[in-house]
Amino acid sequence: MPLVNGGKIADDSFAKLAVDTPLPESGDILVPAERFLGDAEGLLKRAGKVGVIWPNNRDIDELVPYLGKVAAVALVFPTFRDGRAYSQARLLRERYNYRGELRATGQILRDQFVFMLRAGFDSFEVKKQADAEAFMQTAKRYSVFYQPTGDGRITALHRRMQLRHSEGVGT
Amino acid sequence: MYAYDEIDRTLVNERVSEFRDQVKRRLSGELTEDEFKILRLQNGVYLQLHAYMFRVAIPYGTLATNQLRALAHVARKYDRGYGHFTTRQNIQFNWIKLAELPDALEDLAQVGIHAMQTSGNNMRNVTSDQWAGVAPGEIEDPRIWSELIRQHTTLHPEFSFLPRKFKIAITASDHDRAAIKIHDIGLRLIKNEKGETGFEVLVGGGLGRTPFIAKTIKHFVHGRDILSYIEAILRVYNQYGRRDNIYKARIKILVHELGIEKFAREVEDEWQHIRNSSLQIDDEVIEDIRSRFTYPAYEKLPHMPDELRQAAADPEFEAWRKNSVAPHKVQGYSIVTISLKPTGGPPGDATAEQMDALADLADKYSFGEIRVGHEQNLALPHVAKRDLPALWKALDKLGLATPNVNLITDIIACPGLDYCSLANARSIPIAQELTRRFANHELANLIGRLHINISGCINACGHHHVGHIGILGVEKNGEEVYQITIGGRADENAALGTLIGPGVKFDEVADVVEDIVEAYLALRERPEELFMDTVKRLGVEPFKERVYATR
Repeated sequence: MPLVNGGKIADDSFAKLAVDTPLPESGDILVPAERFLGDAEGLLKRAGKVGVIWPNNRDIDELVPYLGKVAAVALVFPTFRDGRAYSQARLLRERYNYRGELRATGQILRDQFVFMLRAGFDSFEVKKQADAEAFMQTAKRYSVFYQPTGDGRITALHRRMQLRHSEGVGT
Repeated sequence: MYAYDEIDRTLVNERVSEFRDQVKRRLSGELTEDEFKILRLQNGVYLQLHAYMFRVAIPYGTLATNQLRALAHVARKYDRGYGHFTTRQNIQFNWIKLAELPDALEDLAQVGIHAMQTSGNNMRNVTSDQWAGVAPGEIEDPRIWSELIRQHTTLHPEFSFLPRKFKIAITASDHDRAAIKIHDIGLRLIKNEKGETGFEVLVGGGLGRTPFIAKTIKHFVHGRDILSYIEAILRVYNQYGRRDNIYKARIKILVHELGIEKFAREVEDEWQHIRNSSLQIDDEVIEDIRSRFTYPAYEKLPHMPDELRQAAADPEFEAWRKNSVAPHKVQGYSIVTISLKPTGGPPGDATAEQMDALADLADKYSFGEIRVGHEQNLALPHVAKRDLPALWKALDKLGLATPNVNLITDIIACPGLDYCSLANARSIPIAQELTRRFANHELANLIGRLHINISGCINACGHHHVGHIGILGVEKNGEEVYQITIGGRADENAALGTLIGPGVKFDEVADVVEDIVEAYLALRERPEELFMDTVKRLGVEPFKERVYATR
C-alpha cells in the first residue's frame, strides 16, 4: 500500500507491529493502542520513533498523556463510509494540539483526501497506487471551504468579508 | 431570494468536476460499484428498480424561475419529461443515464442548483417553512439561518461519513410547516427576553421503523452559537452513534438509548470546548447573508381589490381560493399553494411543460419566485390579490388548480413499488384511487382538513406515521398488505398515529379510508371539529369498530 507523506509518495519508515509481533531491536515502530498502553514507558525508551495505531472506537483521551512523546498517530478507516476517525483527527489537532504525523489508514481513496487534509491528516496509506499518484492533483480539487477547521483555510464566509472590506477601501 | 456569489458558484462547479471524474472512474472500472455507491449517493444518485434516480436539492424550498426552468430542462433533456417533488424539498428524476449525469449537474450548476448531499450518510439538504419570509407573524425569515447552516454542512470535512443520514429543519412560525419534530435536529427560531434571536433545539425525531418525536435538548441557543451547537451534536453522534446495525444508526436511537438528559450532557460538554471557537458567528456574517436575500418591491395595494370581489361570484374560483390562498405579511398580497395532486395523478409529479409554464406565471405574478413544500406541493409566495383570478385561470389551464390543498385528496405518498427498490408495496396507485374516490369537492370540503400519508415500506418516505390517516404498505406472504394508523400529525403538535387493527389488502384500502371518514362524519360533535380532534377525543376504538365490524 503506497504511503503519501508531505504531499508525495514516500517510503514508510515505520514497521507495523501486531499485538504479539516480537519487538525489533531498533527502528521506527507503529504499534496497536492496546500494546502501546500496556507498556508505553518501555516502548518510548527504546531507540527509534514510536507511533500508535488508534482504533476509531476508543476514546482519544486515553492517548492524550502521550501525545508529546509519540511520533505518529495512525487513525483507522475500516471502510471509507465509517467517518469516526475524522472527529478523532480534529480533536487531536485542534483540541490537543498534536503536531506529529497524523496518518490515515484503512480504506483510503482519493475521494477522501480533501476531507482528511481539512481534518488534520498529513500522511495517508492509500489503497490504490493510481490514487496515491493523483494525490496532489486531487488535494487541490477544491478552492472554496465553508467550514473553519484547524487547517486554517479561510472560509467562504470570511472571504466574503475580506472582499467586502477591500472593496470598501477608498470609496 | 438568495443570490449565489462567485464563491458559491466556484464550489458547485468544483463539485461537478469531481463527480465527472468519479463517474469516469466508475465507467472505466477503476472504481468498484461498492466504492462508487457512497460517492454517487453524496451527489444524489441512487440506483433504483429500473434506472438511476437523481435527486436535486432545493434548499429551504426556494426556487427562482430560471432554476425551475433548468429543472424542466433536465426533465426534458435527460429524463422522460417530468420530475417528482418529494417531502424533502427536493425534486427527483427517475430515468436518468449515469453517463449523462455530470452534464445534467453542469446544466443545473449554471443556475446555482446542485445535488450535493441529497442522499448518503451526511447532512442532508436543510429544509424549512415553504412560506418563509412571507408568513405573517414569523420571528424572522428562517432562510437566513437555513442558508448559514446549508453552507456550514456542505462538504463538511468531519461529518460527511456519519453513521446514517442526518436531517435538519427550521421553522420561525408558531405553526410549524417544516415538520421539525420529525427531524434529526429541529430548530425553532425564537427571541429571548432580551429580544435576541436564537433557537429552541430539538433532537432525535424521525420516522422509519422506529419512529420518534424529537425532544427538546436546549431551550435557547443564541444565534451566534448555533453552528457550534450543531457541531457539538454531530460530533457526539459521529463518535457514539451505532454503526453495527443500519436500522439503529440514526441519532434518534442514540438519544433514546442514552436518554435525552445524558445525551444533552454529552453535547453540552463538547459544546463548552468549541462554542467560543471560530464557529461563533459574528453579526457581520449574519448581516452579509441577510443582505444576499432580496425581497420584492411590493406595491401599496388595497386589502380587497375589485378583481377579487368580482371573482368571488364564481363558485369554482372561490372553491380554489378558499384552500389555496393564504394570508401574506404584506397587505394586498397572498401566498398561493399550487396543488400537485390532481385527481388520478401521482402526488408531487410535474411535467417539464408545467414547470416552464409555472416559471412564466411566477415571473408574471410572483416576482420570479417559487416555493416547494414538504407536502409535495408548490407555492407562489408573492401574488397580488388583484391577480388571483387571472392566475387561477392560467393554473387551471395547466391542470394545476385542483382545489384540494389540505383536503383529503392532498395526499403525501412515496413512489412505492412502482419506482423504489426498497418498497414492498405500491403507494401511487393507492393515492390515485383515493383521489378518485374523494374527487367530489363538496364532500372533500365537508370533511375538512385531513391529511393522508402513504408509504410503500417501513422506511416511511411518505411519512405515514404522521398522517392524520397513515397507510403503510408491507409485504406478507407475497401479497401487499396495508396497515392503517390514525391520529398522527407533523405540525407543532406532532404525534405518531395509532394502528387501528390488522392490515388490509390492496383492494380494500380505499374502502377502509371511506369507512374511517364516514365514522368521523358521524362522530364529530360539530362541523368545525376536525378529524384530528375527533380522534383525539374518542381514540381509535370507534374507528376500529367501524372498519372491522364487517371485515
